Amino acid sequence: MNWHSLQDFLAMGGYGAYVWGSFSVVCALMALEVWALARRERKAQSALARQPDGGNA
Amino acid sequence: MDQPYYSVSSGARRLTLFTFASPRNFYHLAGRLIPWFTALGVLAGLAGLAIGLLVAPTDFQQGDAYRVIFVHVPAAWMSMLVYIAMAGWAAVGLAWRTGVSSIMASALAPTGALFTFLALWTGALWGKPTWGAWWVWDARLTSELILLFLYLGYMGLHASIADPRRADRAAAVLALVGAVNVPIIYFSVYWWNTLHQGPSVTLGNAPSMAPEMLAAMLLMVAAFWCYGIAVALRRARCIVLELHGSAAWLRRRIK
Repeated sequence: MNWHSLQDFLAMGGYGAYVWGSFSVVCALMALEVWALARRERKAQSALARQPDGGNA
Repeated sequence: MDQPYYSVSSGARRLTLFTFASPRNFYHLAGRLIPWFTALGVLAGLAGLAIGLLVAPTDFQQGDAYRVIFVHVPAAWMSMLVYIAMAGWAAVGLAWRTGVSSIMASALAPTGALFTFLALWTGALWGKPTWGAWWVWDARLTSELILLFLYLGYMGLHASIADPRRADRAAAVLALVGAVNVPIIYFSVYWWNTLHQGPSVTLGNAPSMAPEMLAAMLLMVAAFWCYGIAVALRRARCIVLELHGSAAWLRRRIK
């Protein structure tokens, strides 16, 4: 373990903004993509369910 | 009747090269694979983050700024690999008119664009403390930016043509022509005198970094692979739903 305290960990040896700016944007955009996909899947499924003879075939 | 054609219980059991070119078989297979890749990706990602941020030592030259590479390198590798996969599926779809191949190609494009953006973003955040510049017009950086435009061009062209099969063909040609950019990105650090350094990890050579750093990076690469596969398969399933929504097998599955 490299870090003596939480502040020490967050400071990243003075490079905190660069390190956390990278990791946070990667996590945020990946979460956003997964969320958008889940939404698209729900939309497509509900569009199918709303078809006139859906489910009776 | 929810069984795929190749299933033993449906009695067919014909597993050929084209078995999964059937949207029904593909939809089923993708649905089975996604949870595995999701679980593997989450596990590898958590392990990679723990080792990369907590265990791996501080770099004696770059300080802790080097930790950006644990997301930068996987994103940059995946940006190129996803493009190769996308162009490959597009070529198969062009040659054999297999709809699912073209669906895979268009399912990969947004994820590839995301990886490319992340490679550029994290590269800028690494470049500022290390080189003193967010951006330079170096061969590696410029060709990676062109890759982003190729992904966006593919998606824009595909979206602008209403007939799905014509859209697949036109976008496939663009993807194949653009594939020439991938070796340019990869070899740019050898061909030109770039500010961007050469690869830290190459096949066949001993890595020039501490074992904890290498472990963290390889775990993050594995996590990004799994993420890319899971997300692309899920998007491909969405496209199958949107294109083949009137098929009876799909309606039975959804109900």
